[in-house]
Amino acid sequence: MSVTLYDKLWNEHLVKTEDSNESLVYIDRHYLHEVTSPQAFEGLRHKKLSPWRLDANIATPDHNVPTNRGSSFNAESIADEVAKIQVLELDKNCNNFGIDQFDITSKEQGIVHVMGPELGYTMPGMTIVCGDSHTSTHGAFGCLAMGIGTSEVEHVLATQCLKITKLKNMQVNFDGQPQNGVTSKDIVLHLIKLIGTAGGTGHAIEFSGSYIAAASMEARMTICNMAIEAGAKVGLTAVDSTTIDYVKQHCNLSGEILNQAEAYWSSLRSDDEAKFDKTISIDVTKIKPQVTWGTSPEMTIDFDEIIPSESDVEEEKKENLMLAKSYMGLEQAKTLQDLTFDRIFIGSCTNSRIEDLRDAAFAVDGKKIANNIIEAIVVPGSGMVKEQAEAEGLDKIFENAGFLWRDPGCSMCLGMNPDKLKPYERCASTSNRNFEGRQGNLGRTHLMSPLMAALTAVNGKISDPS
Amino acid sequence: MKGVVATFDRDNIDTDQIIPTEYLKSIKKFGFGDFLFDGWRYLDEGRLDMSADDRSKNTDFILNQQPYDSSQILLTRDNFGCGSSREHAVWALRDFGFKAVVASSFGDIFYNNCFKNSVLPIKLEKDEINQLFLLATPSPISIEIDLIAKELKVDEEISMQFEVKDSLLQRIIHNLDDVDITLKDAALIKAYEQSRQKDRPWLFNYSNPGIKK
Repeated sequence: MSVTLYDKLWNEHLVKTEDSNESLVYIDRHYLHEVTSPQAFEGLRHKKLSPWRLDANIATPDHNVPTNRGSSFNAESIADEVAKIQVLELDKNCNNFGIDQFDITSKEQGIVHVMGPELGYTMPGMTIVCGDSHTSTHGAFGCLAMGIGTSEVEHVLATQCLKITKLKNMQVNFDGQPQNGVTSKDIVLHLIKLIGTAGGTGHAIEFSGSYIAAASMEARMTICNMAIEAGAKVGLTAVDSTTIDYVKQHCNLSGEILNQAEAYWSSLRSDDEAKFDKTISIDVTKIKPQVTWGTSPEMTIDFDEIIPSESDVEEEKKENLMLAKSYMGLEQAKTLQDLTFDRIFIGSCTNSRIEDLRDAAFAVDGKKIANNIIEAIVVPGSGMVKEQAEAEGLDKIFENAGFLWRDPGCSMCLGMNPDKLKPYERCASTSNRNFEGRQGNLGRTHLMSPLMAALTAVNGKISDPS
Repeated sequence: MKGVVATFDRDNIDTDQIIPTEYLKSIKKFGFGDFLFDGWRYLDEGRLDMSADDRSKNTDFILNQQPYDSSQILLTRDNFGCGSSREHAVWALRDFGFKAVVASSFGDIFYNNCFKNSVLPIKLEKDEINQLFLLATPSPISIEIDLIAKELKVDEEISMQFEVKDSLLQRIIHNLDDVDITLKDAALIKAYEQSRQKDRPWLFNYSNPGIKK
């Protein structure tokens, strides 16, 4: 029988199917960070249990770490007392239980979803979980990867398994090649606009089509990363030579074991005749640069489109639209190009990889940030990305333009560290969520690509990237 | 289970609204009730070391009004709990006193998290949700939920059936712990793991040379 890639991965990892349709699924890789793990480790202690399989776990602090650390910084240097306790707690838990960690002083530290793949901890065909919804990122490697809650973090630590229900299969075909100035971020935002933030609920989305086949691993990661913003906790793409080349370059396997792995990896794609519960095809050539106007990622429009008004939406959507417009302070604006921006954030697990930084640097090279921009920051996704960017001179391009060049972490994507918006500040952000207060109490977030965010920095407002 | 219904007439209430990131710095599993819907509930910006009494409250917000300040059931619309996987969202609802959330759909991760913390997410059809909104506004109502019959009742007159997997419901009824249940299958997991190590050896004992031991 023909099966989808998701079905293959599911079947491969099935330990036990139960009558109730809930199954026990084996987990190959478990990423941990400081925010969603302390209560799980406490649960293990309470039950007097040890982690089931130490080598499946890898930890790093990312969510609340300051990004202006400089040299000789350690966990004790964190000024925010509660954040410091949380980072020290991760140190303590990793030490006590014997879990490997790239701690805050290590040069490999970074956002888990950036750090994992670049160190080879993410390999095709794995089941991967983390107490973070953007774990779907790793699906770009032909993995079954998803975010879990803290009770499940404890469950995976204790049993190496998850008790879950199988998802339905959805296929999204991205066909054709994008116009100049249109990136993977625009493509995934466009999808979310089309199907809504609940469009993929209950489904694993496989991204395919000629666009995906030609896309880099970085672009595929950006798209799988935001599957959760379309409601799907699992997003994935087939393994091909692009995947295998990336993994071989980043993991430290070699010899016979690598050959054996590669042979298996090559089989990780949906069968030609596989049936999906839902299929959508999108012509990528017609997509324009996308920017969000509201407080949900589905509130997205073309960069030069008129902002929707009450009369444009169905009755039941009116209330949400009005609340969002009022929160975002759009009363005077006809299009997003009429807005004046205050801050720029280039970073997050969606867009902080080397390709993203190159895109942004290209747009600001030799230019200066506009007078209305209070602060523009670039936060590389990991120590390795930072090192690579510096080797290419990107840090100097950003600094010469007036950007601040920071240390790795989640930063202003969620404002858990000191990188926050002040009330009513408007931010051009390469992150993934424009929820109310996400980047700081009463802050206003517009999601866009790194290229568009960089252009917004130098022009002070949204402009045509083509 | 019976309680007063608080209504949230909005789609897509995300877990950042249910509990903002600031409070995720706690390393505890309890004590989040004062921070539930923080951005809507208070006029000032809060911190983890503040309690509800220290804060300036938004008196227009439903949970700051009687009898909703002791609601046990939350009624809302589409895609409740979308966004971040933070279980803290469920902990905040639980600590405030909510026992059930009634909506037309839920975020997948939030839905799973509910059952680990004895908060029941109830999915109903959109027209049923509309009917409940009409009943529950402007005057408050109580809803009765029968877990065994999977039935929701208003004043003995209106009754709606809901679907929920028995295994998930059992966890709430008997307060079961998944880890204890799964470890009964430890031998099965071991056997699977041994065959996996044989078939896919590269997945075991992998570490990057850069790592500090």
